Amino acid sequence: MSETTHDGTVAVGAPVSPDEGLTAAELAAKYGLSVSGARPSLGEYVRQLWGRRHFILAFSQAKLTAQYSKAKLGQLWQVATPLLNAAVYFFIFGLLLGARRGIPSDVYVPFLVTGVFVFTFTQSSVLAGVRAISGNLGLVRALHFPRASLPVSFALQQLQQLLFSMIVLVVVMVAFRSYPDLSWLLVVPALALQFVFNTGLALIFARMGSKTPDLAQLMPFVLRTWMYASGVMFSIPAMLEDKNVPSWVADVLQWNPAAVYMDLVRFALIDKYDSSYLPPHIWAFALGWAVLAGVVGFVYFWKAEERYGRG
Amino acid sequence: MADDKTGARVPTVIADDLHIVYRVNGARSGKGSATAALSRILKRGGEERGVRKVHAVRGVSFVAYRGEAIGLIGSNGSGKSTLLRAVAGLLPAERGKVYTDGQPSLLGVNAALMNDLTGERNIILGGLAMGMSREEIKERYQDIVDFSGINEKGDFITLPMRTYSSGMAARLRFSIAAAKDHDVLMIDEALATGDRKFQKRSEARIRELRKHAGTVFLVSHNNKSIRDTCDRVLWLERGELRMDGPTDEVLREYEKFTGK
Repeated sequence: MSETTHDGTVAVGAPVSPDEGLTAAELAAKYGLSVSGARPSLGEYVRQLWGRRHFILAFSQAKLTAQYSKAKLGQLWQVATPLLNAAVYFFIFGLLLGARRGIPSDVYVPFLVTGVFVFTFTQSSVLAGVRAISGNLGLVRALHFPRASLPVSFALQQLQQLLFSMIVLVVVMVAFRSYPDLSWLLVVPALALQFVFNTGLALIFARMGSKTPDLAQLMPFVLRTWMYASGVMFSIPAMLEDKNVPSWVADVLQWNPAAVYMDLVRFALIDKYDSSYLPPHIWAFALGWAVLAGVVGFVYFWKAEERYGRG
Repeated sequence: MADDKTGARVPTVIADDLHIVYRVNGARSGKGSATAALSRILKRGGEERGVRKVHAVRGVSFVAYRGEAIGLIGSNGSGKSTLLRAVAGLLPAERGKVYTDGQPSLLGVNAALMNDLTGERNIILGGLAMGMSREEIKERYQDIVDFSGINEKGDFITLPMRTYSSGMAARLRFSIAAAKDHDVLMIDEALATGDRKFQKRSEARIRELRKHAGTVFLVSHNNKSIRDTCDRVLWLERGELRMDGPTDEVLREYEKFTGK
């Protein structure tokens, strides 16, 4: 390295620096330099992520607004999209296929609409998670922030999307004679747990998707299979009733996380959807799935923190 | 930019035998058809399937000291921007290490902005993305708008960014990026945006940022702006450090090399 004069503080021909002969690592240690882009400890990472909460929220809201900003009807699509979605499912499964077996007709429409909205929440969180890193490489390569901000932000965007859908849901409920009462408050813990679960999944798939972008092509099929197996448009116990299978099979199917969160929201909102439709220990499962996915997802994502952005 | 009174130079960035390798999916030479891709997958197991490696930086070592302004030069694709990103800790190193004092930041916020949002919301979003608090952004909001000059021709700041001309958008991006103070600042060809008037204004702003920053890195193809702002130059060619020294010496060799 040549001598450099800068600002006159170091004159050419200054005495040999005391740092002569030190290796890079020793020099770094002497002046307290740290490795650039190293992964922070888990506690530190949580702290950094919390420090970025305003960015996470602003980013999710920006994504949500940008989505429909070119449409003539604008933000009205936030509500119209889920409504049309529900209408399509009702037409196919309610009218054409008659999937409402075992459910009274005035329960079926709210049952179906709730199922579609709640499942869509998980489904779109996973799909957004897969692309959270791989679709935002420009951002990851330009700015510094805990990378978990991205999947968390996308899950948060889906939560806000769901809140728009809830407007439609309330209208449907009232139209089918389920009126607001105290049990509606149960929606809050149910969706909060589902949000934690979704965020965990988004984190897991964000890491996998950053390594294997092909997942973005594969996941829609996996998710559609999951949807048909979770009883979005039919009641799992009613479907299995005459199939001559042991009752634990229905329990196991109903304990799958998607079914658990759908059933809880239905139970909270629909008057005639009482606890006889629910599998045992449902709240414990709702909590367990959320904690499991949340913790595993977060730690799994953090483990590769310093490697995101190589693409 | 005061060094220690003793004259000891305090290092702020140490790059130690740094190698950066990009992995590109689906860019393997040869046929790009689906059957070719399939046969590749079947033939070779393991990591190498359909992945092409680009070795962008090969064994670069240097030490940067507090108070230095360092220019990076080299022909297109010589690894300048990649090196900056690696120093910023944004690109993981394949081999070797970068040690830094504090958090180096790249003067680039473009990726966080969204064309479908208004300039107003982009200022807030960009500021938050750079790690500013909401209060800081509120404080500097008017400065950013004034600096960009977006509102000189009407109330453009409340329109979506996609309606801006490319020059206006570039000015707003630079204004947002330059609103924050940095320890180690890296600038990647940011000076070339906007009209002459805006370029003058941004050069002044860069000098101001330099005063607050410990060390400045500047990538540019404009030898004049390197001469004006830098006292040391790193010359990269094909990912290797070809020369490292005082600006005049390196630029003289570089100009000989490029045949100017």
